[in-house]
Amino acid sequence: MNKDNTREAAWRVELRNSLPTKERTSIPRVVMPQLDAAYRVTCNDEVNQGLSAEQAVGESRRCLDCPDPQCMQGCPVAVNIPGFIKNIERGEFALAALTIKETSALPAVCGRVCPQEKQCESRCIYNKMKKPPVAIGNLERFAADYEREFSSQCLEMSADKPLRNGIKVAVVGSGPAGLSFAGDMAKRGYDVTVFEALHEIGGVLIYGIPEFRLPNRIVEAEIDSLRSIGVEFVKDCIIGKTLSYDDLHAMGFKGIFVASGAGLPRFMGIPGENFIGVMSSNEYLTRINLMGAGQPGEDTPVLTGKRVAVIGGGNTAMDSVRTARRHGAETAMIVYRRSEAEMPARVEEVEHAKEEGVIFMTLHNPLEYLADDKGHVRAMKVQRMELGEPDESGRRSPVPVEGAIEEIPVDVVIVSVGVSPNPLIPNAISQLEISRRGTIVVNDETMCSNLPDLYAGGDIVRGGATVILAMGDGRRAAEAMNKKLEANE
Amino acid sequence: MNKIISKEHFSDHVVKLVVEAPLIAKARRAGHFVIVRTGEGGERIPLTISDADTVAGTITLVVQEVGVSTRKICALEPGEYLTDVVGPLGQATHIERVGTVLCCGGGVGVAPLLPIAKAMKEAGNRVISILAARTKDLIILRDEMARWSDEVIIITDDGSDGRKGLVTAGIEEVAAREHIDLAVAIGPAVMMKFAAKTTAALGIPTMCSLNTIMVDGTGMCGACRVTVDGKTKFVCIDGPEFDAHKVDFDEMIMRLKSYN
Repeated sequence: MNKDNTREAAWRVELRNSLPTKERTSIPRVVMPQLDAAYRVTCNDEVNQGLSAEQAVGESRRCLDCPDPQCMQGCPVAVNIPGFIKNIERGEFALAALTIKETSALPAVCGRVCPQEKQCESRCIYNKMKKPPVAIGNLERFAADYEREFSSQCLEMSADKPLRNGIKVAVVGSGPAGLSFAGDMAKRGYDVTVFEALHEIGGVLIYGIPEFRLPNRIVEAEIDSLRSIGVEFVKDCIIGKTLSYDDLHAMGFKGIFVASGAGLPRFMGIPGENFIGVMSSNEYLTRINLMGAGQPGEDTPVLTGKRVAVIGGGNTAMDSVRTARRHGAETAMIVYRRSEAEMPARVEEVEHAKEEGVIFMTLHNPLEYLADDKGHVRAMKVQRMELGEPDESGRRSPVPVEGAIEEIPVDVVIVSVGVSPNPLIPNAISQLEISRRGTIVVNDETMCSNLPDLYAGGDIVRGGATVILAMGDGRRAAEAMNKKLEANE
Repeated sequence: MNKIISKEHFSDHVVKLVVEAPLIAKARRAGHFVIVRTGEGGERIPLTISDADTVAGTITLVVQEVGVSTRKICALEPGEYLTDVVGPLGQATHIERVGTVLCCGGGVGVAPLLPIAKAMKEAGNRVISILAARTKDLIILRDEMARWSDEVIIITDDGSDGRKGLVTAGIEEVAAREHIDLAVAIGPAVMMKFAAKTTAALGIPTMCSLNTIMVDGTGMCGACRVTVDGKTKFVCIDGPEFDAHKVDFDEMIMRLKSYN
């Protein structure tokens, strides 16, 4: 089979010409098969069931294989989108997966959690035709899942293991940025060791994103594939605490990539926030996703309630409120101070939450929590808001409607209003340049900090972003560190 | 996986474990804690490091059986393993020569107090220690504390050992006869609350070490938050030690009952 993946490859020209544009554009966008909402709130099963081969091939025919594909510019890691989609169209599913893997370490993850509607799909030519864009995310997931399920076929096709160059590099944190960097460096022949503070590998992919959106077995398969190319993982080891920056040097590490994530949950600083039953989304999701709270044989408890309010409008808020529905909340509410149009969450997550019966209290802001005599939260006071002038983020800023305050009974409140960078590394390495927000300051292109062997990426640099942006950082850091280390040889 | 090297019963429900953890033994300072998990379905719970041996590569933990996880830990025998031990976590104790330091330990709170007393003594301070407990059997680490103290006062609620009374009586007694530059109070929250009240009235600067509910122990979850001087602080990264006169102990005591 022809592995040439350029647009001019004979197979691609032929494929392009095999179906007129008009016919391609008249195909309706595929609908992702999903579990019924009434059933899925009773379990943790993955909501999106994935496309069949027939559906994927059908959807891939919609892609026009544009001469100047804008979709790729919308992707933080510049996946060769037409290249992989056309491989799906010609039935070479494993080659499609390998095409994605040329630039993305975690395609099965990205196909599930990327905000495609704001990235690749937002640039698709179909938008100009007032038609729904090609379902790039769904196709990415299809290709990655196919490769995982039928990996024996793919292993034969993947390139030989790279020659080891004997140079040791360390990665701090095993979330998306760290895994992306680790994969890229291992492929270049480096001896990569990933240090993880928790007792499981995967960072936010494990402790944060719930099973019903990103099953752990998907993450584990991605980690296993990194292990198979030689990446070592060390759990229960905190750089800056268990081992210092100097210890890493003494151990022979020539480069260090810090991807320690957004540690610290933010609270709003309103009265009653420390009552029992008010907690951060990090705490709630960690107890359930990482620690298995609520499952048989697990010691970790979690507070559950019949009436749960989640404060915030991001993906973490959606994950929390949908988790609450699955843990017995009869009334699960999103409380968000702006309108739905300003919500940062993926459109699909908002839709899924609505299907699952989540109540959206948009244009409401909590003012205070009230508790019973034992300190358990029993109600929240919320202020109704309306939209005013746009603020510095470009979003219309919410202003209180005078006198419109109401008291709503709740028994659990999950605060999901953002996170701050994890302070462990900034506190531990005194020479490291840190911004006022607590993020590590890096060169935008190389991701190198003011310390020549220390690179950083993901939320510790961005303060709070997405899986794919974190992966893009890991990728750029790997490229720049490789260049520097090669030059030093 | 961290191997248990030795185990000693201080009382029916309090054990001392020496645990293999060479990197932590090397990195830890007085005041640090670790997060421990036992068994595949185990909880992550914080335990203060009470001693370490860098040559043997071990740390010492003192554990009181109070719930599911501590019962599991206390049931482990030498040769068995803790599933995960991670650390050292938290801010180390600020140690300096201030003059006379009054170390007040309540129950198993004496375990985290020991490395602080030792470091204070080594820094050249006069160290007076008050070990308080409900009853004689619950007084722990008496000889070890004596080694690093100029004087040890034992107080029990029932008078079965030392004098009868509460830790506050001991503080008042020492303060009445000599100047105290710094007090360190570690024990149950209610003991620290009243010790802090007493020292505040006497004008003695006081620090305490808080043992709150935690999950990750690295700043991520916020379960450990306490109000100090009107501001929310995270015990895992801002603490575990705080100015005892500024801690909202009533709120902390309330939050400790979150899962009761």
